[in-house]
Amino acid sequence: MADITKEYKTISQIAGPLIFVKKTEPVSYKEIVNIRLSDGSMRRGEVLDSSDDIVVVQVFEGTTGIDRDASVRFLGETMKMPVSKDMLGRVLSGAGDPLDGGAKIVPEQELDIVGAAINPWARDSPSDFIQTGISTIDGMNTLVRGQKLPIFSASGLPHNEMALQIARQAKVRGENEEFAVVFIAMGITNEEKQMFMKEFERTGALKNAVVFLNLADDPAVERIVTPRLGLTTAEYMAFELGMQVLVIMTDITNYCEALRQVGAAREEVPGRRGYPGYMYTDLAQLYERAGRIKGKKGSITQIPILSMPGGDITHPIPDLSGYITEGQIVLSMDLHRNGIYPPVNVSSSLSRLMGGGTGKGKTREDHKGVSDQLYASYAEGKDLRGLVAIVGKDSLSAKDRKLLDFADIFEDRIVRQGLDEDRSIEETLDLAWEIFTELDLDQLTRIDRKYIEAYLPKKE
Amino acid sequence: MSTEGVIYRVAGPVVTAVGISPKMYDVVHVGDEQLMGEVIKIVGDYSIIQVYEDTSGIKPGEPVTNTGRPLAVELGPGLLTSVYDGIQRPLPVLRDKMGDFIYRGVAAPGLDHEKKWDFTPVAKVGDEVAAGQVIGTVQEGPMVHKIMVPLDIKSGKIDSIKSGSFTVDETVAVIDGKEVCMMQYWPVRNPRPVAEKYQPDVPLVTGLRVLDTMFPLAKGGAAAIPGAFGTGKTVTQQSLAKYSDAEIVVYIGCGERGNEMTEVLTEFPELVDPRTGESLMKRTVLIANTSNMPVAAREASVYTGMTIAEYFRDMGYNVSLMADSTSRWAEAMREISSRLEEMPGEEGYPAYLAGRLSEFYERACRARTLCGEDGSISVIGAVSPPGGDLSEPVTQNTLRIVRVFWALDTKLRERRHFPTINWLTSYTMYDKQLVDWYKTNVADDFPTLRAWAMQILQKESELQEVVQMVGSDSLPDEQKITLEVAKMIREIYLQQNAYHPVDCYCPLPRQYMMLSLIKKYSDLAEKALAAGAQVDKIAYLPVRTRFNQAKYEENTDAELQAVSEDMDKQFAELGA
Repeated sequence: MADITKEYKTISQIAGPLIFVKKTEPVSYKEIVNIRLSDGSMRRGEVLDSSDDIVVVQVFEGTTGIDRDASVRFLGETMKMPVSKDMLGRVLSGAGDPLDGGAKIVPEQELDIVGAAINPWARDSPSDFIQTGISTIDGMNTLVRGQKLPIFSASGLPHNEMALQIARQAKVRGENEEFAVVFIAMGITNEEKQMFMKEFERTGALKNAVVFLNLADDPAVERIVTPRLGLTTAEYMAFELGMQVLVIMTDITNYCEALRQVGAAREEVPGRRGYPGYMYTDLAQLYERAGRIKGKKGSITQIPILSMPGGDITHPIPDLSGYITEGQIVLSMDLHRNGIYPPVNVSSSLSRLMGGGTGKGKTREDHKGVSDQLYASYAEGKDLRGLVAIVGKDSLSAKDRKLLDFADIFEDRIVRQGLDEDRSIEETLDLAWEIFTELDLDQLTRIDRKYIEAYLPKKE
Repeated sequence: MSTEGVIYRVAGPVVTAVGISPKMYDVVHVGDEQLMGEVIKIVGDYSIIQVYEDTSGIKPGEPVTNTGRPLAVELGPGLLTSVYDGIQRPLPVLRDKMGDFIYRGVAAPGLDHEKKWDFTPVAKVGDEVAAGQVIGTVQEGPMVHKIMVPLDIKSGKIDSIKSGSFTVDETVAVIDGKEVCMMQYWPVRNPRPVAEKYQPDVPLVTGLRVLDTMFPLAKGGAAAIPGAFGTGKTVTQQSLAKYSDAEIVVYIGCGERGNEMTEVLTEFPELVDPRTGESLMKRTVLIANTSNMPVAAREASVYTGMTIAEYFRDMGYNVSLMADSTSRWAEAMREISSRLEEMPGEEGYPAYLAGRLSEFYERACRARTLCGEDGSISVIGAVSPPGGDLSEPVTQNTLRIVRVFWALDTKLRERRHFPTINWLTSYTMYDKQLVDWYKTNVADDFPTLRAWAMQILQKESELQEVVQMVGSDSLPDEQKITLEVAKMIREIYLQQNAYHPVDCYCPLPRQYMMLSLIKKYSDLAEKALAAGAQVDKIAYLPVRTRFNQAKYEENTDAELQAVSEDMDKQFAELGA
């Protein structure tokens, strides 16, 4: 056991967020470190690489002002998050310290923030439909409890409004269970923070929420810890206290930038676009903490938000995320420019767990067919738009013209909805049937005939 | 030779130890908690170890023990129905031992050493037996588990052999003085030997029309499924696992989603296997090393799965092995390589990437096994190219080895055309080898029919280019009909609903019947056109709606028959 009272003044090198300490006693990997600066102020860090000769420490609050005279103390334990029932309603910093002027959290437990992997054998399959009140999600990209469904957005798009709308409206119908929101902000601007906080206060959501704030001017390295603190809290509330937890994380892109920064400072061999080669594994360690466990009441559902640099879905951040999350909601600049809110591009959106949460007994028997039909007809209609630009509308057949109009009507009636418009799943599906009347019967190839007979409104 | 040493350095999953003087790939136990690891590099007195578990809190100076043995799996009765992590620890046992989360430092043997199995000898005292030969059998669920002479006994005479109930490590026979039990060890990185490898000439029948008809994989061959996220790699893999006509399924979830593994774990036990009438799980081995489980164990998981597959092949079974996804495996190699500060090759992947991939796929084969029977391993590897870009190293190196390529397509996903296998870019190099089998077992004209369908689809893509420029109205009538026929091939034939109770599996005779019907429509349409019928009338014959729906009807074959009759009738009414 390292002597935790021992202070070292043996810093040999400082580079970016890292300090290199020589001649220590054995120090464990991931051990927490306190650094006392010459002016008496304290910083915290974590061991990234430990050997007999040299120990590499990553400093959370940044290395500004640290010199080789600073003294380093190793605390002999890995990073823990104090958790307790009374955390609801609290606003904490990205490092877990209270920001709301309240007292420090009196811990009921101290949990390791890295979090162990859920044994796949212990996982319960996510199948409870969450109604978000947004048609493009509920109807076509259904969210279920225990899922991780990110919003792929870009700069200038209303992803924050949408995340708030989901947080406000999300419910599992017919059940009245304890519900909590964990909001994890990574590198968001002060203005964005104001918007979120005001909204939480306006709707009274704050009393059921725990907020972690790492703002744009907070140290970037702290961002690597913030989501882990938040998710550890979420796990405690879900699997110890039995609550249904919705975790909103924004913005994953800032998190990945911080990872890259640390990687570069360690002079690691970079992967694509300079991001570390382990970014997939690292992101998985965040996203995979969503889920349900057999025999436990609670669940963790994640809605991570990430802005795709340059709107490019093949950029490593959305790309690696897409390979881990169970689908994605993609926002589109084109729709946004046309004044459509929420600007969900359904064609590239997807919910992988939709099958388990929809259909008879969950939503409605016609759900899958309706969704498939909307997708197929909208895709055909969108293709025709390109053609019309070249040959003009007149050269289309009557059926094609109907599909072309269908695409417009779809965007206007299904995609578009108000910021406070909370549509039930039945309203969404009925709306879809209404717009199906714009098509011919033989164009409805994706729906079972018996549902067409039961649900399609008869034309006058 | 010293087996005890100490840790010198810890950096993520890579630990450096001094004083153990190991052989390459020896398994070692690291630290006070005895974490399992494997030696992957030796530099002077320093041994570099990849550790299969999280290394937080481990520090220099803690002990390291060398077991002196490479990473090996336990092979024997009890493998079937098992669910393992990447280093063959049974997940249900881990849950019993440490709860819902996987903590570290827990060892669990791959097989149940307490359970007794009924051993029935097939060899008798005095028989001369050689390595790999069957000496007895155990009934394991619906399968006959053959007990083979361990490969380290080259040959010998059976001194004694017992019959009755035994655990896997009790002696069941003595060969030349050596005691033999039902369990054997095999190091996962070494391929198990066979007597002779054959050229594969029997298809792996999957019940998926686009695969069986257009791009079949031979038993003993290897296929790659590359596709961007959301294109349905996993759904295709799972359909193949569920419906392909292999006797044993080994499914490796390598660095994929936890919830997806849950889906497999809940679905497989419920699926009834039409051949045995028992659940699919009873002839399946699952390996689940999800993306957040230790990366070194992920690297090992494909070898663990392959070794288990080879063991069943050696008994003379046809095994299909699904690896989802090989890209995650490659990334694990990259991650470890970068921790070792090795000189990177393309895109940060280690220079030995191509070599490792080909070694892995080469373990797929159809062969006469040491026990004298024919067995095969068909490997289906999912590839997840970043950004859907197929020019990246993992896809390219895979395509150089495999002979079947099923290209999944984002565009098709967007129009909800499932399976999203692109018929223009996918290919199979087994088509020539399999022609005879299809002629004998399906129909004489099946290969011709397939060629016809491929041709129509190719023509469609050419015509589409014209349509994009000038609109479909300006095409001549015959070409309009070609477009309609191509549409039928796409919508009726190629699209298949993996979740529909009837459509999920399409037997070969039905595939033949459906394709023949489309051909029939095409021929009739041509005649009708020649007789002066209008294109619009032909294209909108009511029979098409019925044909579209036929594959979902419970009594599909009868419905298809009815479609055929309708077709005759309605074309006759057109006056053709």
